[in-house]
Amino acid sequence: MSQNGIAISVKGLKKSYKNLPVLTGVDFEVKTGSIFALLGPNGAGKTTIVRILATLLRQDSGKVTVNGFDVVSQPDEVRQSISLTGQFAAVDEILTGRENLTMIARLRHLPHPQPIVDDLLQRFSLTDAADRRASTYSGGMRRRLDIAMSLVGNSRLIFLDEPTTGLDPEGRIEVWKIIEELADNGTTVFLTTQYLEEAEQLADRIAILHKGKIIVDGTLGELKKLFPPAKVEYIEKQPTLEEIFLTIINQKTTV
Amino acid sequence: MEAIKNYYLADMGVMLGRSMRHVFRSMDTIITVTIMPIAMMLLFVYVLGGAINAGTDNYVNYLLPGILLIAVANSIGYVSFRLFTDVQRGIFERFNSMPIARSAALWGHVLTSLVSNVISVTVIVLVALVMGFRSPAGVLSWLAVGGILAMFTLALTWVAAIAGLSAKSIDGASAIAYPIHFLPLVSSAFVPTKTMPAAVRAFAENQPLTPMVEAIRALLSGQPVGGEIWLALAWCLGIMFVAYAWAMRVYTKRR
Repeated sequence: MSQNGIAISVKGLKKSYKNLPVLTGVDFEVKTGSIFALLGPNGAGKTTIVRILATLLRQDSGKVTVNGFDVVSQPDEVRQSISLTGQFAAVDEILTGRENLTMIARLRHLPHPQPIVDDLLQRFSLTDAADRRASTYSGGMRRRLDIAMSLVGNSRLIFLDEPTTGLDPEGRIEVWKIIEELADNGTTVFLTTQYLEEAEQLADRIAILHKGKIIVDGTLGELKKLFPPAKVEYIEKQPTLEEIFLTIINQKTTV
Repeated sequence: MEAIKNYYLADMGVMLGRSMRHVFRSMDTIITVTIMPIAMMLLFVYVLGGAINAGTDNYVNYLLPGILLIAVANSIGYVSFRLFTDVQRGIFERFNSMPIARSAALWGHVLTSLVSNVISVTVIVLVALVMGFRSPAGVLSWLAVGGILAMFTLALTWVAAIAGLSAKSIDGASAIAYPIHFLPLVSSAFVPTKTMPAAVRAFAENQPLTPMVEAIRALLSGQPVGGEIWLALAWCLGIMFVAYAWAMRVYTKRR
């Protein structure tokens, strides 16, 4: 079990692909029930870390425990206690939304899948689309289904690898809401992202991965202290396309 | 872990149900594995059959074994295709991060290939009966025919698994099907080999499909079965062992 309230502990983690070092000594801890964001540019090794934590890839060296279980010697116990939402929505496009959820529920050996599936469809606003094939879903719907599939069986720890990459602003805000709800219910969330803004919005703790090492690890407040003090300057702020888009959408929905 | 072993069959059942849905929902698959072989049988019997001298007065009887092998061979590209999409879309990653046996997903595909071929072969035999196919074969002979077809299916399925698991593109995954489609054409499936030029005949008589065609034909026509049945089984077993070992190596290396 997650002793001392530590859900993930990583010490001296190293991984190379052939001769290319990807992780060169990564250390961090994630507290149970918190949202932890791993921030870094493309190719920094975020997905490699997620895959090692989810027992899909074996590290070269270092000690990694997830929910108190060692990922190398107790992979089955680790898998019992986690859910992974990979970088690309891993839904079965030929099955309907409902069939996708039922399949995962049966693979998790839940005795009565139907009410659980109905509840998830409802929570993720997929009830109307439940009996349509996932191939007809929009990117946002597919991502919602993907995350819903990870919630089947109430894992204590959920990995979300770049959950908002490729989503439009509305879809991104929807996913953010879901993540906040998860954390409110006590689930530990391990999130990777390329967007500082996303980490700021959601995370209790942020780690920045750069050239195979964690270069900063702390709360948003701690991270902000590391930057030079804020200067007061007068600038005219143009609205971003995203802000314009969201304003228009909101006007439409309120009318 | 004990729980994982206990659920092995149940998990494989879920996997089988899932990919059987893929088969039934793909018009393309149904056409290629069932309708095409039937159309070929109609074409050969009613268009070309009159001009073919196969040394028998019932050409459907002569043709059916080859048509059954063609149906199995046609289905193989879809095994690669389905495996490849599962790897690409991250579905295997999702399964592998869950507490289920790793080989369940792969065996689900193999069983699907077997079950879907049983269905298409049965439909084709029923159509052949309507077209005038008659057989004096007893239960044991029919079981032997089923056994040869099942071994042939398994051998080709594992060959297809190598391609599906290791291909870099969808074209690469399906390319394996073409040489296999070609094999029945240069065998004794449609006409006796003795009319072929020496080089072609040498190939036709020494490739794996001819002993299978001959063995099935002998079994169905109530003739004594010679050494060809052992040769047919040897080919199937040989291909199956090599392909299985290779596919498993590729599968476990993906971790």
